[in-house]
Amino acid sequence: MSRHTLSVLVEDKPGVLTRVASLFARRAFNINSLAVGPTEVPGISRMTVVVDAEGDLIEQVTKQLNKLINVIKIVELTSESSVQRDHILVKVRADAATRLQVTQAADLFRASVVDVSTDSVVIEATGHPDKLTALLSVLEPFGIREIVQSGTLAVGRGSRSMSDRALRSA
Amino acid sequence: MSKGSPISPSLLATKSAGAAKAPERADRTADHAAVVADLAAVSPVLGPNTVVPPTVMTGSQAIVRSLEELGVDDIFGLPGGAILPTYDPLMASTMNHVLVRHEQGAGHAAQGYAMVTGRVGVCIATSGPGATNLVTAIMDAHMDSVPLVAITGQVSSGVIGTDAFQEADIVGITMPITKHSFLVTDPNDIPHVMAEAFHLASTGRPGPVLVDVAKDAQVGQMTFSWPPKIDLPGYRPVTRGHNKQVREAAKLIAASTKPVLYVGGGVVKAHASAELLALAEATGAPVVTTLMAKGVFPDSHPQHVGMPGMHGSVSAVTALQQADLLITLGARFDDRVTGVLKTFAPNAKVIHADIDPAEISKNRTADVPIVGSVKEIIPELTDAVRAQFDASGTPDLTTWWAFLNNLKETYPLGWTEPDDGLTAPQKVIERIGALTGPEGVYVAGVGQHQMWAAQFIKYERPRAWLNSGGAGTMGYAVPAAMGAKVGEPDRVVWAIDGDGCFQMTNQELATCAINNIPIKVAVINNSSLGMVRQWQTLFYEGRYSNTDLNTGHDTVRIPDFVKLGEAYGCASFRCERDEDIDATIQKALEINDRPVVIDFVVSPNSMVWPMVPAGVSNDQIQVARNMTPEWEEED
Repeated sequence: MSRHTLSVLVEDKPGVLTRVASLFARRAFNINSLAVGPTEVPGISRMTVVVDAEGDLIEQVTKQLNKLINVIKIVELTSESSVQRDHILVKVRADAATRLQVTQAADLFRASVVDVSTDSVVIEATGHPDKLTALLSVLEPFGIREIVQSGTLAVGRGSRSMSDRALRSA
Repeated sequence: MSKGSPISPSLLATKSAGAAKAPERADRTADHAAVVADLAAVSPVLGPNTVVPPTVMTGSQAIVRSLEELGVDDIFGLPGGAILPTYDPLMASTMNHVLVRHEQGAGHAAQGYAMVTGRVGVCIATSGPGATNLVTAIMDAHMDSVPLVAITGQVSSGVIGTDAFQEADIVGITMPITKHSFLVTDPNDIPHVMAEAFHLASTGRPGPVLVDVAKDAQVGQMTFSWPPKIDLPGYRPVTRGHNKQVREAAKLIAASTKPVLYVGGGVVKAHASAELLALAEATGAPVVTTLMAKGVFPDSHPQHVGMPGMHGSVSAVTALQQADLLITLGARFDDRVTGVLKTFAPNAKVIHADIDPAEISKNRTADVPIVGSVKEIIPELTDAVRAQFDASGTPDLTTWWAFLNNLKETYPLGWTEPDDGLTAPQKVIERIGALTGPEGVYVAGVGQHQMWAAQFIKYERPRAWLNSGGAGTMGYAVPAAMGAKVGEPDRVVWAIDGDGCFQMTNQELATCAINNIPIKVAVINNSSLGMVRQWQTLFYEGRYSNTDLNTGHDTVRIPDFVKLGEAYGCASFRCERDEDIDATIQKALEINDRPVVIDFVVSPNSMVWPMVPAGVSNDQIQVARNMTPEWEEED
């Protein structure tokens, strides 16, 4: 089983997220994370889907996704050829005694404190999933109250644009 | 649609408007005709692409007008609250609307219509239960790649999501079983959505498309113009096969001494039977036609070795098992064909041509994948094979044919007379085929009678055999036969049904009788759910749990199929003896002013042979109970 990151350009039509998500469920493919949002082209959204699958299966996933009428283009992004980032918000216990230690830990990961109360802070961090895992393990001893995490976002390195090419060929 | 971007229909519409301004009337007409012809050639919008200038009308009128512009002649449906607005302008239309008695009947009728004509079948239903009653037919069309457009009414957009009366999320419900679906809440979207629905249903790998129209979109005003612009940036089916792959395939064929043409329903859908015949004769290879492909290659052709699969002939199943090359055309390595996948055709290389890239290497890895329409691939492959044979010599298939012909002679399809002395169901079916001939249309339900109808009727042309292959929908036969008869009114259309299947959808006999759709229904009445009973006989020690239907010999005969047929205004007969079979069929063939129902009461003990039991290799095929062919003798 290996991890694959798929960038999927879709038409911004009602139900498109359901179509993609239910296809994964129906064909028994596992989604690790999914992030979706608008792109620089009006009417086109981009999904970043991280799936765990064997080599042959990822080809089936891609082919089945391509069959969805609202899917315009799919590109698999490897970790070498792309920048991949997750975004995380963590609420950590921090009182007067521990607050400094917590914020210093956050600084080490270039994370920032975005909310403070008498007994907690909220830390915001962006980075490769490995870095965020490391941050969480450092924060763990202070007491993690809540974690909210985005799906992975990924973009190919270099000047080429996926939506540019996709719309030209369409 | 090719990869090259088609000329936008909206641009052409402007062009034709410009042409209309030309001063010379004769020129103008000629010019206009040329533009229309061009349009029809390149436009993804089905139908003649008549230019309709902007006209104000209601959404309902736009639905009906779109259907007319798309060239629809026949529709099957049943009205209800949420689709009521659309039924009003439908009354004034020249299109023929067939009022069914249950929406499932409308769906299967549209399928039968599509299967015999090759055109898109259309069904209409209301929201909620009307729409959910279409679900089985939509799923059936999805499994068998039947071009179908289902139009459903939906509650008004303002109350969607409030659990309104007869509200069901039919787009959500059918999402996994449609090629695509649309929810229309703005009447101005109707023309392009309708054109897109028909384009999607009929091109690429055909399939069902659902158009769900909110009631306020039907009632609201809109501006109609035609042809609309189709905007499907994510839909670009490839039709032309890759040249290099075709040449690779030809090389494999030239190097093969045990090739088999494994032909599926895709060849029927692509209207490529003539092309297939040319390829088969150029290669000299044996041809197997799957359940979905029966008739696309003539059964009587010496190169035809039968139907493969769980109930396939020994020659067809063995040809695939022993082959060194499968030339797979529009087939999908269904589990009913392959048996246990890893033991299927273990020594064969695989050429796989299909219009759906997702079918290639889904179940069996292809050595030479060719994505495209078999209509275009087969002729190119034939040319490439001829060129390859000229260059490297024609392969010698003598040994292969000697082996296969020996199997065909030793293990022909046949049956033994039942031990209870009652009529053999196979005999009834064989006689229907023999007395009706290859120009008839045969529509089966699902079960034993379906397999016997596939085995014992001779199919010589495509679209003569209709059945529910992938879905296995009991109850398909009567409504699908009805749709087939509407599509091909001059052909004799038989529904070959079982006593179980017949009780699921026979209400459409009323539709047939009232609308003068004279189908003929042969109920192969073995008084039980025969295929399930066969499995109980073979695998459950004869414990017949809930398979007895009490419609045959020595039972209460509820319902009495003859009385039932008569109640529906059909000519109805019962046939219980071998000596009456031919006369009864003849009598049915002579009646053309109303539907015919024949209750053929047959033995419940007959079984479908050959059979590959579930979960074992196709090498374990049995020609009769516990009897496998003796392979050693055939070498």
